[in-house]
Amino acid sequence: MSGALAVSVRALRKRYDDVVAVDGLDLEIPTGECFGLLGPNGAGKTTTVEICEGLTAPDEGDVIVLGRRWATDERALRERLGIQLQETQLAEKLTVAETVRLFRSFYARGRSIDDVIRLVQLDEKRDGRVGKLSGGQKQRLALACAIVGDPELLFLDEPTTGLDPQSRRQIWDLVEEFKAMGRTLLLTTHYMDEAERLCDRVAIIDHGKVIALGTPRDLIASLGAEHVVEFVLAGSSDSLSDDSLRRLEGVRAARRIDGNAWELRVSELHRTVPALLAELAQRRLQLAELRTHSATLEDVFVHLTGRQLRDE
Amino acid sequence: MSNLAPDSPRRRLISDSLVQLSSVRFKEFIREPEALFWTFAFPILLAIGLGIAFRNRPAEIVHIAVVGSSPEASRVAAAARADSGLAVEVLSPDSASAAIRTGRVALLVVPQPDGRVQYQFDETRPDARNARLLADNAIQRGYGRADQVRVSEAHVRERGSRYIDFVIPGLLGMNIMGSSIWGLGYTIVDARRKKLLKRLVATPMSRAEFLVSYLVSRIALLVGEVVVLLGFAALFFGVPVRGSVLQLTLIILASVFAFGGLGLLIASRARTIEGASGLMNVAMMPMWVLSGVFFSSENFPKAFQPLIQALPLTATNNALRASMLRGAGWTVVGPEVALLALWAVATLWLALKWFRWR
Repeated sequence: MSGALAVSVRALRKRYDDVVAVDGLDLEIPTGECFGLLGPNGAGKTTTVEICEGLTAPDEGDVIVLGRRWATDERALRERLGIQLQETQLAEKLTVAETVRLFRSFYARGRSIDDVIRLVQLDEKRDGRVGKLSGGQKQRLALACAIVGDPELLFLDEPTTGLDPQSRRQIWDLVEEFKAMGRTLLLTTHYMDEAERLCDRVAIIDHGKVIALGTPRDLIASLGAEHVVEFVLAGSSDSLSDDSLRRLEGVRAARRIDGNAWELRVSELHRTVPALLAELAQRRLQLAELRTHSATLEDVFVHLTGRQLRDE
Repeated sequence: MSNLAPDSPRRRLISDSLVQLSSVRFKEFIREPEALFWTFAFPILLAIGLGIAFRNRPAEIVHIAVVGSSPEASRVAAAARADSGLAVEVLSPDSASAAIRTGRVALLVVPQPDGRVQYQFDETRPDARNARLLADNAIQRGYGRADQVRVSEAHVRERGSRYIDFVIPGLLGMNIMGSSIWGLGYTIVDARRKKLLKRLVATPMSRAEFLVSYLVSRIALLVGEVVVLLGFAALFFGVPVRGSVLQLTLIILASVFAFGGLGLLIASRARTIEGASGLMNVAMMPMWVLSGVFFSSENFPKAFQPLIQALPLTATNNALRASMLRGAGWTVVGPEVALLALWAVATLWLALKWFRWR
């Protein structure tokens, strides 16, 4: 079936007052894929997802979800989708089990309440009040409410924002389990490590447009360099130029971030670092800092936009 | 984007989601100790307070002063003291004017040099007019006026005509109004503010069931409120319920729907608790004053009466009083219930039309 697209979005536009949130966006997500929308805050990720979820009406464009359209098949679609919104506060006075049971009652078919609570590892909090849960536990409860209808397609909007590392990993494990069942996922995030780890493909979004699309590996490979070297000089660096750095062995690109800080994209780290140190020594320049990391989607974003992805 | 598609896969008389929504609503309420207090304890405390303030006291003692130190003043004072309902002081002119200014005495009796007696009082105050009548009567008798007709007194204190009988139905009406408007308005705006409404409409939940669940849980709670308040009033004050329980139930149901509709309407668009609170007060404040909770709405000028009588709380209070105190039939209660039903239909229709789900 060539039409096995879980989500198909064409020429989507949405404007709020004087802000264009989504500006001619196209997406195609095949069934069974975990697809990530990656971008900074305000890029249009949430608007795009909420249009796909049938919660926001687009100004222009065509949206087909699971082969149906919101205008004609809302009720049937809702039965087949699982949705976790950014910043929903569930009723604090209810218990975990009561909350899941309430959401289960909305769906004609779905999973058992006990199964879902066990899956999100909230068994011990089963009869505890929602108001007493930690941030990570609340987020897992939100996830439980999203999957209790046994959805074919799951939307997660910033599922781990604001969580501690351990809670994030717990959420990731849940997403992995859902993926393993062959279901389709659309998630938004501004954490590139999350996108790299969870997503089969990502679309990098900026100013309401897709500026890059592909597997995380392909996108990183498109930089032509697998590593990034950042260094900061102690004292003046006027004698150092982009060109002299680009001539070093293994360097694909070099740019000055600001002041005495530089960034190199590098294909062969083990050759570049000695060459860089030799070059600096020859120019009698002192290093204040030297860091290297494997290239990430963050570097792809920086490469495409010249800006940092994260707001931290 | 209707959620009320006829091909709903669930076709039971009462769906599981309606049961869940209503029970969740109910649980959320009873887990809120403050809400419990305002709903159950507050009207009872108010009834106790009013019951004590307005219980059947012996006839009130009226304070008056005779002004001056002349022998005439002593004679007038002695004549006035013959009435046990009068407390008479003899005061100098200075302290007398201070006493009437502060309201400590209601009437000054001033013997004049020419032998006349002058009464000084504020003729707009009923107790002052009463004091004048009592004092004049006692003084005239003391000076030898004889009664022409022999009279006797029999005191009537019938259940159903005391102030406590008047105020209990008013408190019940006020409570139905307050708990319905607050109960719906606050929780819905809170759910909207927390994006919970948006999350719920992202599921296949029926929106009609969601709204109905508020009315269901409100009615369930109201059974408790009504039984507690009326039970208390009957037990401690002997307030009667002369009409049928069915009639009382129908009045209360009509009232819940009318105020529930008003609460939904107020909550239909507000995004903040503050905004909704303002609207709720604007809606409720005039009714507290005008609709005859603590005193009869007949006290307001005739020109306002059509407006006052059209208010849902006036209709509720009129119907409750007619049913409970007089055991009135449907010819009296029916039109008030019909008016409440009209309010319910109009407000629910507008609320559904304007409701903001996200």
